Amino acid sequence: MKYVDEYRNSREADLFANAIRQSTTQSWTLMEICGGQTHSIAKYSLQDLLPKEISLLHGPGCPVCVTPISLIDKAVHIAAQPDVIFCSFGDMLRVPGSREDLLTVKSKGGDLRIVYSPMDALKIAQDNPQKEVVFFAIGFETTAPANAMAIYKAKLDDIKNISFLVSQVIVPPAIRTILDSPENRVQGFLAAGHVCTVMGYREYEPISKDYRIPIVVTGFEPLDILQGIYLCVKQLEEGRAEVENQYSRSVLKEGNLSAQKIIQEVFQIVPRQWRGIGEIAQSGLGLREAYARFDAENKFSCEIHSQERSSECISGLILQGIKKPNECQAFGKSCTPEFPLGATMVSTEGACAAYYRYQSVQS
Amino acid sequence: MRTGQVSFGGILKEVNLAYVPEAKVDNYVIVHVGFAISVLNEEEAHRVFDTLNQLNALDNPDGDLP
Repeated sequence: MKYVDEYRNSREADLFANAIRQSTTQSWTLMEICGGQTHSIAKYSLQDLLPKEISLLHGPGCPVCVTPISLIDKAVHIAAQPDVIFCSFGDMLRVPGSREDLLTVKSKGGDLRIVYSPMDALKIAQDNPQKEVVFFAIGFETTAPANAMAIYKAKLDDIKNISFLVSQVIVPPAIRTILDSPENRVQGFLAAGHVCTVMGYREYEPISKDYRIPIVVTGFEPLDILQGIYLCVKQLEEGRAEVENQYSRSVLKEGNLSAQKIIQEVFQIVPRQWRGIGEIAQSGLGLREAYARFDAENKFSCEIHSQERSSECISGLILQGIKKPNECQAFGKSCTPEFPLGATMVSTEGACAAYYRYQSVQS
Repeated sequence: MRTGQVSFGGILKEVNLAYVPEAKVDNYVIVHVGFAISVLNEEEAHRVFDTLNQLNALDNPDGDLP
């Protein structure tokens, strides 16, 4: 067992597709939360295997996509400072800010480094004591343990020349926001397997109960997603609304407790802006007072007036599951991965980029 | 902090094991931005195939998985 190829067998996928077809007696609309799942759905054309009654909406779980434009602008401002080494995950570089993206700063001579892990930024700081190193700490709960550890270690080792531009968000408040919207069409959720690997799924039980909605914690391979859909549809057809765990090979109900401990040590719950959605109360993680000196927003104070550039871009509606990428006038015309108008076209986890790359889903 | 070599389809990378104290040599782990966040549970990993076998038995009472 290698835990990858086994979950990509097309004949077994057909068996699930049949079971979904046989269970479905009416129309249902489901949303997969995570951009990784959206990518798989597009890559393996999973929507084509489903009966026409089942529609999939793509959720807000793309960390690059939801990072607010104000923080992109701050990142651009900080990265352009002469004594700064700005470190980031690679897919943040092309995300459009109000005027520029990070790649433009790099092309103008800014010292911008793509790192694989936040721990790499710590090493860069130790190797360059004369420079200020800033790490763009974005992400959902999946990335929080790594970002928290880097910040924890910076304090422990008293590294003075590093700070973190934090844009950490969490999933459950976003689910409530989607369900509270008068435009909501979602009747069941596939929750994000790796977010729940870290946090567990206790938090989802009150949501499922309050809104009477099935939530199935789901993995990322085609068979995982099809089984997640199958379990969700069965609940809907049987009138049940529970939290189920499809991704039990990785997810425990309580999650990863040692990761949660460091997250709680470093971060506290704060309100956060989500690009395209707006502010969601209690939906983010910010540095606790004890770690405030590692906050890049304190270290590099700046007043920036941020403004979205394109009026054509509907990425906000896409992130909320109200529209699909191919319903956007700019999709594939004035907006492509080479010249993205919105973040959902930049990140590999963005719904627009996934649709563009795997054209067949556009039908 | 404990680290370990993880093979990503043959490419070895150093991965932080702080969050998987139970990880042993030859385990499969889920890695995100340089940190292992879980050790895959082999027994649970077979559950999807158990479901498939049940579905198949309903569809073809005499047949194996197609």
